[in-house]
Amino acid sequence: MKRLIIGSWRWLDDRLGISALIGPSLKHLVPHDARWWYVFGSATLVAFIVQVVTGVALAFSYASSSSQAYETLQFITNQAPFGRFLRGMHYFGASAMVLMVGAHMAQTFLFGSYKYPREMNWTTGVLLLAFTIVMGFTGQLLRWDQTAAWSVVVAAEQAGRVPFIGDFLAQFILGGTTIGGATLSRFFAIHVFIMPALIFLFIGIHLMLVLRHGIAEPPVAGMVVDPATYRAEYEERMHKTGRPFWPEGAWRDFVFGTGVLVVIALLSYFVGPPKLDAPPDPSVLNADPRPDWYLLWAFALLALIPPEVEGYVMILAPVIIGIVLLAAPILNNRGERAPSRRPWSIAVVLLSVIMIGSLWIAGANSPWSPNFDPPPLPEKVVGATSGPVFTGAKAFRDRGCLNCHLIDGYGGRRGPDLTYVGDKLSESDIVIRIVNGGVNMPAFGKSLPPEQLAQITAFLQSRKRPIRPQDQSPVAQN
Amino acid sequence: MPERPLTPEQITRRRFLEKLCIGLSGVCAAILGIPLVGFVVAPIFRKTTGKWISVGKITDFEIGKTVSVTVTDPSPLPWAGITAKSALWLRRINDAEFIGFSVNCTHLGCPVRWLPDADLFMCPCHGGVYYSDGTVAAGPPPKPLIRYDVRTADGQVQIKTMATPITTTL
Repeated sequence: MKRLIIGSWRWLDDRLGISALIGPSLKHLVPHDARWWYVFGSATLVAFIVQVVTGVALAFSYASSSSQAYETLQFITNQAPFGRFLRGMHYFGASAMVLMVGAHMAQTFLFGSYKYPREMNWTTGVLLLAFTIVMGFTGQLLRWDQTAAWSVVVAAEQAGRVPFIGDFLAQFILGGTTIGGATLSRFFAIHVFIMPALIFLFIGIHLMLVLRHGIAEPPVAGMVVDPATYRAEYEERMHKTGRPFWPEGAWRDFVFGTGVLVVIALLSYFVGPPKLDAPPDPSVLNADPRPDWYLLWAFALLALIPPEVEGYVMILAPVIIGIVLLAAPILNNRGERAPSRRPWSIAVVLLSVIMIGSLWIAGANSPWSPNFDPPPLPEKVVGATSGPVFTGAKAFRDRGCLNCHLIDGYGGRRGPDLTYVGDKLSESDIVIRIVNGGVNMPAFGKSLPPEQLAQITAFLQSRKRPIRPQDQSPVAQN
Repeated sequence: MPERPLTPEQITRRRFLEKLCIGLSGVCAAILGIPLVGFVVAPIFRKTTGKWISVGKITDFEIGKTVSVTVTDPSPLPWAGITAKSALWLRRINDAEFIGFSVNCTHLGCPVRWLPDADLFMCPCHGGVYYSDGTVAAGPPPKPLIRYDVRTADGQVQIKTMATPITTTL
């Protein structure tokens, strides 16, 4: 029996050339000291495989029709066996892919691995990063719930800012002049056919390049890249101290990749997929669209860009960032690779992490969004049950002030916290501000009748820090 | 086996055959590509004409109040389902005058909410605020809320459907 199997394998191998094809790749020599820092590329690939497999599975039940997608998703989440789990895998797989692609990019950048001769590895990698983000956006869109429907409009509006062709781009995205039957199916085609085809193609090129140029050895201070001599030096290094990729180079990839997969599975089982929002009914106006976590930084950016330069930033920033990323290896493809000799590289990575991280946190908190339904201020906060302070507090909520301002932790965070505004502003300051508005505050002069203005002012004037007994001198009793 | 030296005839023949193959590939690309691009890009060139739709009897609307009304796309694709619905904010100014506001914030299109007690429209996304007449009160929106064409006919209030307003730069 064993001889039969071995015989069959030999026959197949001779006709198909399998070991001739992949044998050299498996056995090619890699640096002996490339260890745990090198696992992120393969981890990204593992996450991508999760996405493809779970995506195909989901496609067996998902109908990409504007009228039916939502119901099919409810079916998948609530009724189909393993449906909830698969949706979870697809969501956490996407999150893992974004995280791993960022880690891989930071590691290759810090190690100077983008330098000669691996410049095109970097270039294809930057393109893959862009494709990953596009997949993240279009993937959330395919959930086709209320948030997704409005996210298409927001995307179309951003595209509309491109000079001259903005209108055309917006209509291309919407599939017409409004959200409708044509909108979802084009994003299905983009998310399932066009982008994955591009990703498969570029992963293929990226991996082929890794095989062609070899895995970059960990950088050493003083060991500089000189295009005239690098290839010969690398060959010699591998010849002397290199180990075969399979299994000595690859085992760490398998361990970490399995770890990533297990974490994705555990999160899918215990946390589950994102809840479906309300159905995608554009006539329901109580919507609060938010992107999934990996794009919250962009959401924050759109809220925080000064309005005067917004159009320019929206269009030019991605272009400039793209050019800078793609140009990195051209600008600096030789010399030192060690981060200790390239402090700018450390600064760039740190700054990027801090910037995107802060924007993430800001996007998660979104203090610029009004609190649409704050509960009425309780009696102990107001400090009165009758009189102008009491009616002022009620008007403060009814007239929308509490939507944007905080009183003792209640309300919104769009504007300044007014808990102790009575200590800071005089009566006339308060009146002027309410009547005329401010930087991000409407003018209430026309809409507030004078008695209500007086009551709200009285309420705000009462907002003073309580006096501590030890602060009161014995004489100041009147 | 070493190549025999080529005659000038063979060289021109090979050049011709190369050009033929490349040229035919171009023809195939065109046969496939033109319908593909045309089909995918077609929505850009479809002109929609607005249609007048009744949103209610004039007597249904109180003077000085802004309410949301739902309209359905008069000729949707059959599989649009609930996405064929949309809404607008309708304000009655006096006996005969109405204003219809698009719900799309002029910043990036999120749906604005009318707060009747505050007399303001507020957008949930990036902090845009508008006064009751649609002008910008605060936040990033670059221009006032877009208005629908509104008319009264036969005791009915009618609005003319329009495309989702897209804020452009140039």
